[in-house]
Amino acid sequence: MKPVNQKAWLLVLPVLLIVAFSAVIPLMTVVNYSVQDSFGNNQFFWNGLGWFSELLDPKSDLGSRFYDSLWRNLAFSGIILAIEIPLGIVVALSMPRQGWTVSATLVLMALPLLIPWNVVGTIWQIFARGDIGLFGAAVNALGIDFNYVANPLAAWFTIIVMDVWHWTSLVALLCYAGLKSIPDAYYQAARIDGASRWAVFRTIQLPKMSRVLLIAVLLRFMDSFMIYTEPFVVTGGGPGNSTTFLSIELVKLALGQFDLGKAAALSIVYNLIILSVCWVFYTVMTAADARADADAGRV
Amino acid sequence: MARITLDKLAHSYKPDPQGPQDYALREVDHVWRQGGAYALLGPSGCGKTTLLNIISGLVVPTRGRILFDDVDVSRQPTEARNIAQVFQFPVVYDTMTVRENLAFPLVNRGVERKLIEARVAEIAGLLDLTSALDRKASRLGADAKQKISLGRGLVRPDVAAILFDEPLTVIDPHLKWQLRSMLKELHRKLDLTMIYVTHDQTEALTFADTVVVMHEGGVVQTGTPEELFQHPAHTFVGHFIGSPGMNILPCAVEGTQALVAGQPVALARRYPALSGQIELGIRPEYAALRQRGEGLPARISRIDDIGRARIARVELGGLKFSVMVPDEAEFDGDEASLQLDPAQIHIYRDGHLVQGEALAAGGQP
Repeated sequence: MKPVNQKAWLLVLPVLLIVAFSAVIPLMTVVNYSVQDSFGNNQFFWNGLGWFSELLDPKSDLGSRFYDSLWRNLAFSGIILAIEIPLGIVVALSMPRQGWTVSATLVLMALPLLIPWNVVGTIWQIFARGDIGLFGAAVNALGIDFNYVANPLAAWFTIIVMDVWHWTSLVALLCYAGLKSIPDAYYQAARIDGASRWAVFRTIQLPKMSRVLLIAVLLRFMDSFMIYTEPFVVTGGGPGNSTTFLSIELVKLALGQFDLGKAAALSIVYNLIILSVCWVFYTVMTAADARADADAGRV
Repeated sequence: MARITLDKLAHSYKPDPQGPQDYALREVDHVWRQGGAYALLGPSGCGKTTLLNIISGLVVPTRGRILFDDVDVSRQPTEARNIAQVFQFPVVYDTMTVRENLAFPLVNRGVERKLIEARVAEIAGLLDLTSALDRKASRLGADAKQKISLGRGLVRPDVAAILFDEPLTVIDPHLKWQLRSMLKELHRKLDLTMIYVTHDQTEALTFADTVVVMHEGGVVQTGTPEELFQHPAHTFVGHFIGSPGMNILPCAVEGTQALVAGQPVALARRYPALSGQIELGIRPEYAALRQRGEGLPARISRIDDIGRARIARVELGGLKFSVMVPDEAEFDGDEASLQLDPAQIHIYRDGHLVQGEALAAGGQP
């Protein structure tokens, strides 16, 4: 038998420590909070699954706040996906394929992605202001009443346009990478087969982009579902609660009201939602990969 | 169905070509006869794919014209020409079944549904794809995918010519033979012009009745496989075709005699006084290596047994030479003699064949 060198465990130790301190211990603290009620002076009382049942009960105050912000969040993610994915594809299709314009376009496209979230928020907070913002003032000058501080519709419009401005590049760049991987022979064959522009898109470009598109949808869904900084900077969740998304609700609960138990329960449910969406995407993607492998005869 | 004429065709990928070195395709004049099986043979980068893409319309030539029968199509887009092309890597539409793939060119052209069905069934039968018709095209092997690519060309009843751009590169060797014989059979059945680009001489010589050899952007010789073998018009053809290729030796020529490495070699033709770079070419098959005696003294470097024959690499006064070794031949050490068949010796000036004047019968052994 080969001698086993137990010293090898030492090599894993740093990772274990880092994961423990960065993920496991904080998460356990949250789990700990979620089953207790806290009062001042560090007094804690056992509450079992009380917070969870209250959170999931739409008739309770906590539950109604949770469901409202959950639907708001889903609506937001749905809207920005419905805009950014098609728009990203269109942008990628119209990006140049060769010449010096390629690098220029890539740099321009990457710019919004390099700006910190709160700066993006600040830019749009000022840009969309009705009194001094270029955009807001211009719209007001056209005779349309635009005030994102008072009007929920204007607030939603502002953060959606902001997100589209910020993140469409990502979708476009991913699609562009997918498009670049299509060999010229496909386009040439399509021309010989007399395919229309639309047929080329449907039968060649879209199928070849499908995998990166799936990744783009996943990334944009996750990111928009967890959005916090930008709406916090622009609208602070208002007017009223109209742009209060899950993350903003969570911060209000935890740091505004110091309801640690409620906030912890919400965090865990929030986390589980994201995890399950990830799992669904992962399953779909690996299934697609396995199918592609089978297609290519690699199995 | 058409005769394809290339009229002073030239192409450069540079926007402002200066000299011949800027041209990927130097001036080409050629007529592809209706129904011919052609091979475009040449090493990588000799311009054969460019020529093919010009014929199919994927590339617009810098100069010259392409005529289908007598119609100038040089500026017509690909989809307006009746051309099908099969590429090096199989192109199938991943999301479609084999049937939909085959129907695609017809659907795009708005052909009636009933006609499409009949045509697809017919072509699938020809290509032996009938049993796979309802499978996803992306699930098939490379050879079947290549058949689909070909089928999309054949399915169009009006197709004038089918162009193949090294179509067997990614196919397993044992399937290559099958596909190649299928192509030959299709060619016989369908009376289509086929132009087959390859850098593999075996593929070219077995597929085509006319082989067009290209070198550095120009056509150096057009002929049947036998002509290319027996009478290479250019040292490049001699060297490129044949395995091993023709021996090309610098020499001096005087009348009916050549001087190679200081040794006189008898010729079967009489040549005028030649200036420029003069070379003598002879295929290894037409030389024989014997025991030292009559002939050119040579030194054996090595002998390779390639199964059906033995090939000796010898040195002839510092020049390298390949030669077939007769079955019964045996040698003492590395000394031997070379005997050349005078009728099979060709003389080249600056790479091009010089036609000598035939000698009267009995004039020279």
